[in-house]
Amino acid sequence: MTQRSRPRLNIGAVRSTFAPWADPAARPLVRFENVVKRFGGETAVAGVSLDIYEGEFFALLGPSGCGKTTLMRLLAGFEDPDEGRVTLAGEDLAGRPPHRRPVNMMFQSYALFPHLSVEKNIAFGLRQLGLAKDEVAARAAEMLALVRLDGLARRKPHQLSGGQRQRVALARAIAPRPRMLLLDEPLAALDRKLREETQFELMALQQSLGMTFLIVTHDQEEAMVTADRIAVMREGQIVQIGRPAEVYEAPNSRYVADFIGDVNLFEGKVERADGQSVRLASDEAQGGFEAVEDDVIAVGATAWLAVRPEKIQVHLDAPPPGPNRLAGKVADIGYLGDWTTYLVELPNGRTLRAARANAARFVERPVDWDDQIWLTFAPDAGVVLTQ
Amino acid sequence: MSARRDRTGLAAIAPFLWLGVFFLFPFLLVAKLSLSDTALAMPPYAPRIDWALGMAGLRAFLAALDLQTYGRLTSDHLYVAAYLSSLRFAAVATAILLLLGYPMAYAMARCSPAVRQALLMAVILPFWTSFLIRVYALIGILKPEGLLNAVLAAVGLGPVALLNTDAAIYIGLVYAYLPFMVLPLYAVLERQHHDLLEAAADLGCTPLQAFWRVTFPLSLPGVGAGALLCFIPMVGEFVIPDLLGGSGTLMLGKTIWTEFFANRDWPAASAVAIALLATLVVPIALYQRQQAKLIGGAR
Repeated sequence: MTQRSRPRLNIGAVRSTFAPWADPAARPLVRFENVVKRFGGETAVAGVSLDIYEGEFFALLGPSGCGKTTLMRLLAGFEDPDEGRVTLAGEDLAGRPPHRRPVNMMFQSYALFPHLSVEKNIAFGLRQLGLAKDEVAARAAEMLALVRLDGLARRKPHQLSGGQRQRVALARAIAPRPRMLLLDEPLAALDRKLREETQFELMALQQSLGMTFLIVTHDQEEAMVTADRIAVMREGQIVQIGRPAEVYEAPNSRYVADFIGDVNLFEGKVERADGQSVRLASDEAQGGFEAVEDDVIAVGATAWLAVRPEKIQVHLDAPPPGPNRLAGKVADIGYLGDWTTYLVELPNGRTLRAARANAARFVERPVDWDDQIWLTFAPDAGVVLTQ
Repeated sequence: MSARRDRTGLAAIAPFLWLGVFFLFPFLLVAKLSLSDTALAMPPYAPRIDWALGMAGLRAFLAALDLQTYGRLTSDHLYVAAYLSSLRFAAVATAILLLLGYPMAYAMARCSPAVRQALLMAVILPFWTSFLIRVYALIGILKPEGLLNAVLAAVGLGPVALLNTDAAIYIGLVYAYLPFMVLPLYAVLERQHHDLLEAAADLGCTPLQAFWRVTFPLSLPGVGAGALLCFIPMVGEFVIPDLLGGSGTLMLGKTIWTEFFANRDWPAASAVAIALLATLVVPIALYQRQQAKLIGGAR
C-alpha cells in the first residue's frame, strides 16, 4: 500500500479540526497489528494493521467477502486472530470473551430478543452491568427518548417496522455506554429514503455522544456520508485509508477509484513526468492526456488516468485542439433530475461516462441521442494511477 | 367454478364426518354408559331404551339416568387414589423427561447439520418397532435375571429388583415418551438464531447467563408442547403400568380395564374415563392454544 502525500490538493467537506490520526502524540483507542484470520483454508483477513482513534467515526468499506465483517468480529470477540494482535486502549484483547469487552455491536440482522419488549431489549445490557433497578429503568427511558421510541416501550420486536427495529438495536447497543460501537451494515435493511435520513441521524448521534463508531458497509455512499475516515478493503487487506474526500478525489489504485463512485479510466504511456505534471500518450485522445501530478513516474511506463464523470465537460461544438479532449457519440442519456449522465461511445467502441448537474431548468441546445460530441476535462480533474 | 367449490365443501366435511363417527358417537355412548347403573343383564347395565314404547320409552330412559356412579367415584377412596396416583406418575415422569430431554435436544440443535440428521433419525428409529415389543424388551432388561442385573453382577453390584416396582414404571414411561419430549424441544431450539446468543454475549452475558436469559425463555413453547404431549397420554397410560408395574400399582388406565373386564362394571369404567377426560381437557386446551400461538408467532 502506498500512501502518497498530496500537499497541493485542498479537498473540501472535511472536519478539519478533528484529525487525531495526523497527530503523532495521539494514542489510538483500537489498534490492529498485522492481524491474520483464516477460516479453514480461506484467509479472511490477510495482515491488517489499523489504528482507530477515540471519537472517530470509522468505516470499513469493501465488497462482500473482503474481510471487513471478520475484522469487526475480531474486535467484538466473536473471533480470535490467528496472527497479530488487537488492542483496545493499550490492552491486548487476546483470549478475552465478548462479554468482557467494552464494545457493543449492532448486528446486521438486529438480533433483537423476540421474547422481550422494546424496553427490556434496551435494558438487557444495562442489567448485565449490575445497575440498580431504577437506574436501569431511567437509562432505558433515556435511550428510548434518544431514538424517539418513547411510546413503543411495551411493544415486542415483531410489532415494529423495520426502521423502528433498527433504532431499538441501536439503542440497545449504545445503552451500556461502550468504549466503542460496532455497526455491521446497520442500514442495509432499510429503504433508500429512510437509509439517507438514518445516515445523518447516526452522524448526529455519534457527535452528541462523542462515542467511537466503527461501521462496516459495502455501500460507499453510506461510508462517505457518515465516516471521518474510510478504510477500503480488498481480499482481506486494506488498500487505502483516508477521509471520504481523499479516497474519492485521490484514490491510490484503480481498484479504489473504481469501487468508490463512477470513474473513467484512460490507459497511456508516460511521455513526460517532471514532478508537476504528467503527460500520457494514448490512442484514445489525439492530444494525449495531461494531469497535475507531483510524483515522478518513469517515462515509458504504463499509467492510468482516472477521471470522475462529473469532472468531464460535454461540448456540442468542437473545442480547440489540445490535451484531454476526446470525440464520441452519445449512446445513452440517463436523466436523474438533479444530474444527467451521458454514456459516450468512443470511436474504438469503449464507453465513457460524463455527468452534468442540471443547474438550469432549460437549456438552449439539449444534448440528444446519437449526437456527435466532444469531451474535455481540466488537467487537475484526473488522478494518475500506476497500479 | 361452482363444482369446484362443492368439492372443497365435501373435503371440509370429511374430517368432521370422521370425528363424528369415530370420536363423538363413541364418546356419547361412553357418557351415556357413565350415567347408567350396573345390572345383571347382557349387556350389564341399565336403563336401556325401549324403542317399542316410542317417545315415552326414550323419556323413561332419560329419567333413569343419574350421576350415582360419579358419586361412587368420589366416595370410594380407591378411585381417588388411582386418580391422584396417575397424575403423580405422569407429573414426575414429565419432570424427568424434561430434565433428560432438554439437554438431548439442546445438544442435537448445536450439532452440525449432518450429525443432527443422524441423531434425529436415532430418536425416531424406535417408532419403527412395535410399542408392545419395546415394552417386552424392557421386561427382559429389568427382570431379576435380566440383562441389567447380569451387567451389574459382572461389575460386582446388585442385584436390584426393578420389575413390578414404581421405578420400572418410570423407566418405561420415560423410555417410551422421550421422543415426544425431545422433538418439540429440538424444533424450537434448532430454530433459534445464533446471532441472538452473540448479541447476549456482546451485551455482557456469560454463556450460562445467555442460556437463562435468551435460549431458555425462547424455548418455553417447546417445553410446554413437550410436557403436555407427554403428560396427557401418560395419565391414561395402561400398557406400561400393566406390564412393568406391580400388582399394587394404581393407575387410571389399569382401573378402567379392571372395572370393564374383571368387574364387568361398565358404568364405573365409563365414569372413570369421562372423569379422566374432563381433567385432561384443561391441559389439552392449553396445548392447543400453545400450538396456535406457535403457528401465529412463526409468521
